[in-house]
Amino acid sequence: MTTSTQSIFSFLPPSLQSLATKMTSLHFVVTTLFVATLYVSFCNLVFEPGSALHVSTYTVTLLGKYLCYALLALSVDLVWGYCGILSLGHGAFFALGGYAMGMYLMRQIGDRGVYGNPELPDFMVFLNWDSLPWYWAGSDSFIWMAVMVVLIPGLLAYVFGSMAFKSRVSGVYLSIMTQAMTYALLLAFFRNEMGFGGNNGLTDFKDILGFSLQSDTTRIVLFIITAVMLAIGYAISHYIVKSKMGRVVTAIRDSESRVRFVGYKPENYKVWIFVVSGVLAGIAGALYVPQVGIINPGEFSPLNSIEMVIWVAIGGRGTLYGAIIGALVVSYAKTRFTAIMPEAWLFALGGLFVLVTLFLPKGLAGLAPQLIAKFKRSDSAKAADTADTKSEVKS
Amino acid sequence: MLRICCLLLCMLLPCNSFAESTASNPELTSAISKLPKNSLRELPKLIETIEATESPKIKTILTSLLNGDLYYIRANKQVVRVVKNTEGLYDQWHILTDEQYPAVTKSKLKKIRTNNSIRGQIKSVLALLDLSHKDPSVRLEAVKRILDNPDKESTARLKKRLAKESDEAVTQTIQVAISVAALKFGSLEEQIAAVSVLAESLEPAANNVLSRTKESLTEKTAELAEGETLSAQEKTLQTAVNKALDKIEQKRDIYSFAENLFFGISLGSVLLLAAIGLAITFGVMGVINMAHGEMMMLGAYTTYVIQQMFPELINYSLFMAIPAAFLVSGLVGILIERGVIRYLKGRPLETLLATFGISLILQQLVRTIFSPLNRQVQAPDWMSGSLEINPIFSLTYNRLYIIIFSLAVFFALMLILKKTPLGLHVRAVAQNREMARALSIKSDWVDAITFGLGSGIAGIAGVVLSQLTNVGPNLGQSYIIDSFLVVVFGGVGNLWGTLVAAMSLGSMNKFLEPLTGSVLANIIVLVGLVLFIQKRPKGLFPQKGRSAD
Repeated sequence: MTTSTQSIFSFLPPSLQSLATKMTSLHFVVTTLFVATLYVSFCNLVFEPGSALHVSTYTVTLLGKYLCYALLALSVDLVWGYCGILSLGHGAFFALGGYAMGMYLMRQIGDRGVYGNPELPDFMVFLNWDSLPWYWAGSDSFIWMAVMVVLIPGLLAYVFGSMAFKSRVSGVYLSIMTQAMTYALLLAFFRNEMGFGGNNGLTDFKDILGFSLQSDTTRIVLFIITAVMLAIGYAISHYIVKSKMGRVVTAIRDSESRVRFVGYKPENYKVWIFVVSGVLAGIAGALYVPQVGIINPGEFSPLNSIEMVIWVAIGGRGTLYGAIIGALVVSYAKTRFTAIMPEAWLFALGGLFVLVTLFLPKGLAGLAPQLIAKFKRSDSAKAADTADTKSEVKS
Repeated sequence: MLRICCLLLCMLLPCNSFAESTASNPELTSAISKLPKNSLRELPKLIETIEATESPKIKTILTSLLNGDLYYIRANKQVVRVVKNTEGLYDQWHILTDEQYPAVTKSKLKKIRTNNSIRGQIKSVLALLDLSHKDPSVRLEAVKRILDNPDKESTARLKKRLAKESDEAVTQTIQVAISVAALKFGSLEEQIAAVSVLAESLEPAANNVLSRTKESLTEKTAELAEGETLSAQEKTLQTAVNKALDKIEQKRDIYSFAENLFFGISLGSVLLLAAIGLAITFGVMGVINMAHGEMMMLGAYTTYVIQQMFPELINYSLFMAIPAAFLVSGLVGILIERGVIRYLKGRPLETLLATFGISLILQQLVRTIFSPLNRQVQAPDWMSGSLEINPIFSLTYNRLYIIIFSLAVFFALMLILKKTPLGLHVRAVAQNREMARALSIKSDWVDAITFGLGSGIAGIAGVVLSQLTNVGPNLGQSYIIDSFLVVVFGGVGNLWGTLVAAMSLGSMNKFLEPLTGSVLANIIVLVGLVLFIQKRPKGLFPQKGRSAD
C-alpha cells in the first residue's frame, strides 16, 4: 500500500511526497482533480471532434461550472458543516463576486457594445447616464477586480457576521436573517438605479485579459483555473479545519456555550470562518461568470442559496470532499433532469431534501462508513509504515 | 307635475306620430329643425333656446350632440341620433320621437358639427340639468362638475338650487361652488366672505382657486409703484387667503397621514394573516415550516377551484372558500407533520431543509395540475368600491374588509389558545413537553393539531391574498421571508408581538413608500429589521421566564 501511494507521487519532490502521504483525503481530492482536469483538457485539445474520446468544449464549460459550484459548496460546508451556521444567503457572496467579475468584463467590451460607447456599458447608455457611477471606478483593471472579488464578499461577511455573532444571533434566526439579507440584495439589484444592469444583469461579454471568451482555448484555460482554485480552496479549507482554530470552530458547532465557558470568544472564530467562507464563495462566483457569460440578480434569489445547502446536505456535511461530491452529483442530476423532463426536477429536488434529512443525515459521504473505516485503517497503517521507514533511515 | 307629464309623454312618444310630439313642444321642434341649417356661430344661441324649453328630451339631444352622435339626413334635413352597427351601417333614431329608421350608409347622413367652446357650453348645461335630478348623488356629481369652472350663469342657477336643496352634502358643495365663483368674479367683500367658506373645504377646486388668488395678489403687489401699498381690504383678503391655504394644507397633511396609516394597516393585516399561522407553528411549537407560504398558496388555489365549481355564486364563494381553504391547508399541514416533521423533532435546521423540500414539491404539484400561469380569482361585488369620507380621503372596501377579517382571525385564534382545552394543551406542550405528557396530554396529537391549525390559518390567509395578488405557484414564496421576519420581530411565541410587529412593519413600509418608491422601501425595512434583530435577537417582546430558552 505504502509503496504504491509513494510510487504515484514519486514524481513529486520528497517534501511534497511526505505531505501527500500524510493527508489522505486532501491528496486524494487534489489528485483526482488533477487527473480529471488533465484528461478533459487533453481529450478536448488532442482528439478531433468526431473521435470517441473527444470531450466537447460545451462539456468542458459545463464541468467548469460544476467546479465553481463545488467551490461554493465547500464554502457552505465550511460554515455549516464545521461551525453549525446554516447560511441561507451564501448565494449573496457568490453573486457579489460574480458581479465584481461581471463589471470588469463589461468594461472590457469597450466600444464593441450596441451603442459603441467606449466608456459606458450599454445599459447605462440606455438609461441616459453620462458618466460611470463612482463604484464603477477602477473596474477596468484586472487587479482591481481581483481585489474586489475578495474584498466585497469578505466585507459583507465581516459586517454581517460580526453584527450577528456579537449579539449572539444563532440557529434558525441566523438562517432566516441570512435569507433576508440575500433577498434584500436581490430586490436592490433588480433596481435599474443601482447601476448594475437591473433585471438583465451584466452580459454580452467579449473577452478577458484580451482573450476571447468564445474561443475554445480560453474556455479550457478557465476550466483549468477553476480546477486549480478549487484545489487551492480545498487545501485552505483542509488546513483551516485541521488547525487549532478549526478545532475550536468545530467545538463551537458542538457546544457553543461550553467553548465560551472554557474562555474562548466563539463570536470571533465564527466571524473569521464566515469571512473565509464568504471569500471562497465570492471567488467561485467570479470564476463562474466568464464561463456562463451572464450574471443577473436571479443569482441572489433565496432558492439558489438553499440549493447550495442541499448540495452539502446530500454530499455529507462536515466532510469537505462530501460537499464537492454533493455539488457535482446534484448539479449533474439537475442538468440531466431539466433536459429530459423539466417538470420532474423540482419534485426530485424537493424529494431529495426530505429523504436526505430523514434518512441520510450524514449524506453520501456517510453512506459508506465502511469505506471511511477502510481509509482510516490504511491511514494508520501508513503512519506506522512511515514511522518504520524513518527509524530505518536513522539507524 | 309638469315634469311628470312630460316624462309620461316621453314614454308614450315612441308609439305616437310625429305630429303629436310637435304639438307637445313646438319651440323644441322648431329649434331642432333649425339645427341642420345653422352655422357654428349661431349654435350657442340655439342650444340656449333648446335648454329654455325645459323638455325632458334635452338631455338626450345635448348628450348626443356632445358625443358627436347627432346627424341629419341629407335628403329631408331630419335630425337623427345614430349609432354605428356591426355591419358598418348607421342605425338611426328620430331625435324627438325615438322612432327607428332603417340603417343607412354614412353618405346619406351629415354630422352636426360642434367646436370646443360649444362642447364646454353643452357640458355646463348638462351639469345644470342634473342639478334638479331627484337622486342626491347625481346632484352632487353635477355640482362637482360645475365646481372646477363656474361661470356667472351657473352660479345663478346654483343659488336658485341652494334654496330648494335638502341634502346636506349637496348644500355644502353648492356653497363651495358659489364661493369659488365669488372669489373669481365677486367684489372684495364677497371675496373675503368666500375665502372663509373655502377654507373649510377639501375640494381640490377650492385649493386651486385660493392659490390662484394668492398669486394674483402677489403679482399686484409686485406691480405697485414705490410708496404705494395694497388697500386695507386687499390686505385682509391676502391674509385670509394665506390663512385658508395653511388650513387646507394642514388638513391635507392630516388626511394624507391617515391615508398612509390606512394603507399601512391594511398591508400590516395581510402580513398579520400570513405570519399568524407561522407564529403558532414556529412560535408555539418551535417548528420552522418553510412550506408555510405554500399553505397560503394552497388556500388561494382552493378559492380558485371553488369559484370554478360555482361560477354563478361569485359573490358568496369567499364564504365557502374560507372553511374549505382552512380544511385543505390544515389537512396538508397535518400530513406534513405526521409524515416528516415529527421524525425531526429537536433538529430545527433539518426541519427547515425538509419543509423547504416539501415547499418545492407543492409548488411543482400546483404547476403540474393548474399550469405555471397565474390564475384569475374574481372579486365579489361587495369587495369593490370605496367608502368616501371626503374629497381627498377614501377607504377602499376590500382593504377595509381585510383589516376587519384579519383582526377577527387574530382574536379568534387568541380565544382558541387562551380559553379552550385544546389551547390549554397546546400551551402546556409548548412550555414543558415531558410534564404535559406526565399529565396525560397526548403530545403527539397536540402537535399534529397545532400544526394543522397553523397551516389552516395560512390557508385562510391564502383566500385573502387571492383577492389582492395574482394566484400562481410562487404566491407563497414572496411572503415567507416577510412572515418569518414579522414573527421574529414581534418576539417568538408572543401573538400580541406578532400583531404589533405586522402593523408597524406595514405602516413603516407605506410611510417610506412615497419618499423612496416601493422597492427601496421594502429593502430599507428588510435591512432595518436585520439590524434590529442583531440588536435585540429576541424581538420586540421577548419571552420571559424559564421556557424562554
